[in-house]
Amino acid sequence: MGDQAVYALNDVDLYIPSGEYVSIMGPSGSGKSTLLNIIGLLDKPDSGTYELDGRLITDWSDIEQAQIRREKIGFVFQSFHLIPRLTAAENIELPLILSGVPVAQRQSRVNNALQAFELSARAHHRPAELSGGQRQRVAIARATIMQPSVILADEPTGNLDHQIGAEVMALLENLHHGGTTLIVVTHDRELGARAHRQIGMRDGRILTDHSNDAH
Amino acid sequence: MTLTDTLQTSLKTVISYRMRSLLIILAMALGVAAVVMLTALGNGARNYVINQFSSIGTNLLVVLPGRAETSGSFLGAVLGQTPRDLTLKDAQLIGRLPQVRRYAPLNVGAAELSAANRLREVTVLGSTAHLIPIRHMKLAQGSFLAHGTERAAHIVLGAKIAREFFPHSQAIGQRVRLGGNRFLVSGVLASQGESMGFNTDEIVIIPIDYAQALFNTTSLFRILIEANSHSDIEPTKQAILETLRQSHEGENDTTVITQDAVLSTFDRILHALTLAVAGIAAISLIVAGILVMNVMLVAVTQRTAEIGLLKAIGATSMDIRKLFFAEALWLSLVGALLGFLLGQFGSLLLRLAYPQLPAWAPGWASFAGVGVALITGILASLFPAAKAARLNAVQALSKK
Repeated sequence: MGDQAVYALNDVDLYIPSGEYVSIMGPSGSGKSTLLNIIGLLDKPDSGTYELDGRLITDWSDIEQAQIRREKIGFVFQSFHLIPRLTAAENIELPLILSGVPVAQRQSRVNNALQAFELSARAHHRPAELSGGQRQRVAIARATIMQPSVILADEPTGNLDHQIGAEVMALLENLHHGGTTLIVVTHDRELGARAHRQIGMRDGRILTDHSNDAH
Repeated sequence: MTLTDTLQTSLKTVISYRMRSLLIILAMALGVAAVVMLTALGNGARNYVINQFSSIGTNLLVVLPGRAETSGSFLGAVLGQTPRDLTLKDAQLIGRLPQVRRYAPLNVGAAELSAANRLREVTVLGSTAHLIPIRHMKLAQGSFLAHGTERAAHIVLGAKIAREFFPHSQAIGQRVRLGGNRFLVSGVLASQGESMGFNTDEIVIIPIDYAQALFNTTSLFRILIEANSHSDIEPTKQAILETLRQSHEGENDTTVITQDAVLSTFDRILHALTLAVAGIAAISLIVAGILVMNVMLVAVTQRTAEIGLLKAIGATSMDIRKLFFAEALWLSLVGALLGFLLGQFGSLLLRLAYPQLPAWAPGWASFAGVGVALITGILASLFPAAKAARLNAVQALSKK
């Protein structure tokens, strides 16, 4: 209401070192998803800059940004976002297809991913025939098939019960142990507390930013 | 994303939306099939007419009395005169022209034929021996006014007439009465059936002199002329007109119709008709194109979240555009090919059902049908594909 401009993000200055495990917390409307979308190159800031791997990304063309998303960034969503008419294996294969990886390589990489996420038996099932935990595992397999340097997870356990959510988080944290930067957006305090660095947001601004020493 | 992957991925999509794809392919196929079949029909009718017309003779010219023009050049008409009749003398003059291979004067009338206690009305042609070859008629038996018998009272019977009057015996050599005169049956026509609405099976042919006497006339109904060659047709026509003008004291009061001109007129008319029919059928292809557009627009709305996801995992706008484009391409391509096959099959059925109708779709029609289907399908997909490519990834992802 009124004539005052509303900023989804305002005065945000954030540096995330490679390989870090960060949680971004805050109530809905706090701008945490917008921040994640900017980090994931899905959204562009109206002003300000964003550097990834030391390169200023903000001015890059859509095609270049799409390439970065393909190769360096893996998304995990609350609602999984699997394509319903494709099987688990085909969903996992998608990023490889988009990158133009040859068929022969695709096959073995998908099989490896299916094994790694214990989905081999479900490879030819469609999302509708999979449990919530299995769906999110397919989504994580898809997010990691290109071996990205950053995994962005937006409420990855939001649609899962507690135990399955914990299993999924363990998988994501496992990836982090392998060297991948992991950024999780959540409003679940318990979940957020598992990250080594916790960022609290409100009204588009970063309120708190502290790291666990237990790292 | 490689071209092969784009085509494969979109093909998978087409297959997975089975019902939707089948319906749209059916719409496309019916459109193409309509074009193919209707042009086959038009082309068949055209060839049918041409065959029929060719079968009545080769390099044929027909002279008829009077002018078929309304330009008023025949001044006699204004003065209440009727055009001069064609006479046997005219026919003989024409026969002397170097371009004329042969000619046949013709009188037509009806008379009662009686023999063996039977009686019926028949169509009588009065002519000379040349009528048979000029009109491409065939004698099953006997001859007509063969050399040495030009002035004999001979008659040729149509196949059906011969069967009716002499069902159990040989017609040749029998005597018949035609309008009070006695004739000797010298030949029987081979059964040819109907051609140009004229059934040669139910006519009789007698010498021209007898016909003129029978119908009490000295004028001719027509003169049929066969030119030496195709290239002679036009010079022959001019020569005939000139000859008759001189014979008729300078009056242009005859008309010469060439088979060629009539044929090409029919050809043009039927070709235009085929085109018109193809055009009407093509409208259904445009409708099918609009259906493709509608289906693709619905697909974009339905798959908004999916498009957002594809963008999130690194698809460029161009990738998205190509995927939707390829999907429409598959629908149109499969529809067009299916329609082509359906159309060919339909034409085959037509040919089987009506053997005298050579219902072959002309090559251009098949190409045009398939081409228009592809083009409308592709054009119809451009807008939806662009719409999909323009979607904002964040908003698209938030849509369920």
